[in-house]
Amino acid sequence: MNWEVVIGLEIHAQLSTKSKLFSGAAVGFGAEPNTQTTLVDLGMPGALPVFNKEALRMAVMFGHAVNAEIGMTSIFARKNYFYPDLPKGYQTSQMDDPIVGKGALDITLEDGTVRRIGITRAHLEEDAGKSLHEDFQGMTGIDLNRSSTPLLEIVSEPDIRSAKEAVAYVKMIHSIVTYLGICDGNMAEGSMRCDINLSLRPKGQSEYGTRTEIKNVNSFRFIEKAIYTEIERQADILEDGGKIVQETRLYDPDKNETRSMRSKEDANDYRYFPCPDLLPVELTEEYVEAIRQNLPELPTQKAARFIEQYKLSDYDAGVLSASRSMADYFETLVNKTKDAKLSANWVMGELSKLLNQSQLEIVNSPVSADSFAELLIRIQDNTINGKTAKDVLQSMWDGEGSADEIIEKKGLVQVTDTAAIEAMVQSVIDANSAQVEQFRASEPDKQKKMIGFFMGQVMKASQGKANPGLVTPILQKLLQG
Amino acid sequence: MYQQNIAALAKQLRSKDISSVELTQSFLSRIKDVDPSLNSFISVTEDTALNTAAEADKLIASGNAGPLTGIPIAHKDLFCTNGILTTCGSKMLHNFIPPYESTVTSRLKQAGTVLLGKTNMDEFAMGSSNENSYYGAVKNPWDTTKVPGGSSGGSAAAVAAGLVVAATGTDTGGSIRQPASFCGITGLKPTYGRVSRFGMVAFASSLDQAGPMARSAEDCAYIMNAIAGFDTQDSTSSEQATDDYVDTLSQPLQGLKIGLPKEYFDSTLNDDIKNTLMTAIKEFEKLGATIKEISLPNLKLSIPSYYVIAPSEASSNLSRFDGVRYGHRCENPKDLLDMYMRSRAEGFGQEVQKRIMVGTYALSEGYYDAYYLKAQRIRRLIKQDFVNALAEVDVIMGPVAPTTAFDIGSKTNDPVAMYLEDIYTLSVNLAGIPAMSVPAGFDNGMPVGLQIMGNYFAEAKLLNIAHQYQQVTDWHLQNPNLAKGA
Repeated sequence: MNWEVVIGLEIHAQLSTKSKLFSGAAVGFGAEPNTQTTLVDLGMPGALPVFNKEALRMAVMFGHAVNAEIGMTSIFARKNYFYPDLPKGYQTSQMDDPIVGKGALDITLEDGTVRRIGITRAHLEEDAGKSLHEDFQGMTGIDLNRSSTPLLEIVSEPDIRSAKEAVAYVKMIHSIVTYLGICDGNMAEGSMRCDINLSLRPKGQSEYGTRTEIKNVNSFRFIEKAIYTEIERQADILEDGGKIVQETRLYDPDKNETRSMRSKEDANDYRYFPCPDLLPVELTEEYVEAIRQNLPELPTQKAARFIEQYKLSDYDAGVLSASRSMADYFETLVNKTKDAKLSANWVMGELSKLLNQSQLEIVNSPVSADSFAELLIRIQDNTINGKTAKDVLQSMWDGEGSADEIIEKKGLVQVTDTAAIEAMVQSVIDANSAQVEQFRASEPDKQKKMIGFFMGQVMKASQGKANPGLVTPILQKLLQG
Repeated sequence: MYQQNIAALAKQLRSKDISSVELTQSFLSRIKDVDPSLNSFISVTEDTALNTAAEADKLIASGNAGPLTGIPIAHKDLFCTNGILTTCGSKMLHNFIPPYESTVTSRLKQAGTVLLGKTNMDEFAMGSSNENSYYGAVKNPWDTTKVPGGSSGGSAAAVAAGLVVAATGTDTGGSIRQPASFCGITGLKPTYGRVSRFGMVAFASSLDQAGPMARSAEDCAYIMNAIAGFDTQDSTSSEQATDDYVDTLSQPLQGLKIGLPKEYFDSTLNDDIKNTLMTAIKEFEKLGATIKEISLPNLKLSIPSYYVIAPSEASSNLSRFDGVRYGHRCENPKDLLDMYMRSRAEGFGQEVQKRIMVGTYALSEGYYDAYYLKAQRIRRLIKQDFVNALAEVDVIMGPVAPTTAFDIGSKTNDPVAMYLEDIYTLSVNLAGIPAMSVPAGFDNGMPVGLQIMGNYFAEAKLLNIAHQYQQVTDWHLQNPNLAKGA
C-alpha cells in the first residue's frame, strides 16, 4: 500500500530569560543540584508564583515571527499530576487561552520547493525538575534547578508529510528562536526538545489514522531517524492488517527504534483549571505593536538582503543566514574585508569544514570573526596567498596565536620581490631542462597545461611563499626564452 | 490587663508602667494556666517571645516604637513562620519548620509585635468547628462544651480568653467571622487581594484572605495598618492604596445607608438571633443610619458553588504534600505509588481527604463543565448580586451564622448541617468583598455576631462603622468566666 505520512510537531523551546517563569531564581545549565531554586520552585507551602514579564515579551516576539494571532488575554492553567520532580503536584501551563494563537511559517526543502506549515498555537509553561537515578543506591535524587524554567511550547498543525519536512520545519523554528534571541537553541542541553505526533493513512484518504507520540527527541538527526523508524513500524503493522495503538513512545537512538512508554488508557486526567494564583495576562495593543516594531531581522529577510546587498547566490545566502550567529560572523568579515565573495567562500569553506570536524557551533569557534578578518586582510594585501592562509587558519584554530603572529613566527610572508622570484624561476628552468625543451616544442594549448608543473616547482622552491600572481608572468617570460 | 486594648497597652508601654517583657511573661503564664482547658495553641514560642519583647523594650526606650511595638499576639498555624513549627493543624505538617516568613507575619514582626505562639485550627482551614485538628478540638471559652467555630477557632478562643491581645486568622468561607461570632470577638475578612497571601498555606487560593481577630474594631484597625497592602510576592494582591484604618475610625455614621437582605432574615435564621441582630441594627439607626431592605437572590446557591470551587482548588493546592520534600512520609514505602498513597492517607485527616476527593472529581474530564464551570458562573451571579446591592446601600448587615456556638460533637456526623453553618459567610468570599463580625449580644449565654459587609476595599468604612457601634455598646467588652485564672 502507498502510505501518506501525517506529522504534527510539538517543540519545547526553553526561553533565555535570566530568571525562571514564576520565580527570581537564576536559569542555567549544569549547576550543582538544587542551588538554583527558590521557595516557589521547591513547591514550599505558601509560596506563590510571580509571572516573569520577560518570558511574556519573548512569547509575543515569537508570535509575530510566525505571523500568529496574539492572545490579548491569556490564562495560566494548572495541569495536575503527581511526579517526584514536579514539586507542586501540578505544572503551570496554558490551556484554553494561549499567548500565541494560529500562525504559519514557510519551509524550503532541498529541491527548492516551499511548503507552508500551520502553527496551531504556542503557549508558555514551566519545566519540571529532574530525577537522578545514579549515585543514590535504591533511591532517587531530585534536582529542582530546572523546575519552573520557562518553556514556549510550539504546536504545529498536522501539515508535515515527511521526515525531511519535519527536519526543515524544526530547523526553521530553531533559526527563528535563535534569531529572536529568545532561545539558545542548544539541543544537546535540552534547550529545544521535540515531540513527534505521527500517523499513516492510505494515499488519498482524508481521515487521519491513529497516531502515536514520540516524546523528547533532541537532535535534528534523531528527529529524522525516529520518524523513519516509526513510519516503518506503523506501516509494518498496518500492512499485516494490524491496528496502531494510540500511545506515547520513546525513541532510543542507540537501537534506532521507538518503544512504548504508556498507552492512552494509562494517560493521566490532568484536571486542567485556571491557576487561581495568577491573574489573566492582559495585553494592550501598544505593547504588542511595540514588540512588533522592534523585532530583529528574521532568517528569510536576512537571506533576501544578503542576495540584494552582497550579490550572493540564493544558495550562499540561504546557508549564511540559517543561523543568526553564522550570519553575524559573516557580516563581521564583510565589514572588515569589504569583500562579500571572499568572506562567504571562507566561512562556507574552510571555517565550516573545521567546525564540522570539531563538531562545534560557530558561536563556539576558537577563531573569532575579528581574528578571522585579520587573516583575510592578509590575503587581500598579498602578505600571504590562499594556500598559506589555510595553514595559518589551522594554526589559529589550534590556538597558536593571531594571523599576524603566526605569519611572523613561521616566516610565511609572501615573496613579492620580482628579482627574487626571477632567480627562483631561473633555477627551476635550469634544473628541468628536459621539460623546458618539451615545453618550448609544444603548441600554446598544451603549454597552458604544462605551465602548472613549473608553477608547482617554483612554489615548492619558495616553500609556498611566492606570490602566484607574480610567478606566472615571470615563468611565461623566461620559459619562452 | 488581659482585657485591655492595643491603644491602652501601647500607652502603658510608652509610659513605662509596664515593660513588654512583663506583659509577655504575664500572657505566657496565663496561657499556661488557661489553655489546657481550651487547647487554642498548637505551639507556644516562649523563648522567642521573651527575646522579641526585650527588643521591643529597647525600641520603646529609644522612642522609636510604633503602636504595635511590644504587643503580644498569636498567628493562626497556617502562616509560615521562619524557624517556627507551622502545622496547619495537620499530621501532614507535624514536623514542618518553614525556612521563610509569610508576608503577614513578617509585617507584624516589623511592626514590633511579640509572637506568643501559633494557634490551633481546623486542618488546612477546612471546617467550621475546629474539631478537624490533628492537635485536638478547641473549646469555646464561653462554654467549654461548645465549639469555638472554625477554622480560625484557636485564634478566636485565645483572643476571647485574653491569652493574646490580638491574633491573625484566615477566612476562605467564613473562617474569621464565624469563630469571631461564636467567641464574642471582632474579626475582619478584608477584600480579596488587600492582604498578601504569600507564606499562607493555601486552601482555596481564589477565596483565601488573611485578616485580624481582636476584641475591638479599633484593635483590628491597628493590625490592618500593619498587614494591608500590595506585595510583589503575591500576584493577586492589589496595588490599590491602603487607608489609615485607625485615623478613619471616628467618622460619624450620619446618613449611612444599611441594607438588610431579606434572604438573610428568613425562616432559616433562629428567632433569638434575629431579635438580637435587630436590636443591634436599631443602635445604628440611633447613630443616624437608615435601613433598607434589599435582596441577594442567589444566596442559597453560594453553598453548592463554594463546595465545588473551594475543594477543586484545594485538591490541586494540597497535591504538593506528597511526602517527597517535606512533611509526613510513610514508613518503608514499597515504591513511589505506595509512598504517595500511604503518606497522604496517613497525613491528611478525614475532612481534608473528603474535600480532595470532591475537588478531584469536580475537575475530572467529563465533569469539569457540569461542576467547576457552572460553579464559576454562579460565582459571577453572586458577585453581581453584591455589586447591585452595594450600588443602593453603603453596607449590608446580617447574621454571621444561623446559630450560636453548638455543642462539640453535635454536627460531626452531619456534614451537610456543618456546611450550612457557612450559609451567611460563603457568598462574601465568592464575591471577594470585605466583611466583619462584630459582637452584638448574647443568646442563652453565647455570643452573637453581627456581620457587616461592604464594597471592595471598604475596610476603613467597615472598621469605622463597627468602631462607632462599639462606642455605644459594650458587647465586645464582655468576658467569659473561665474555670481557671480568669
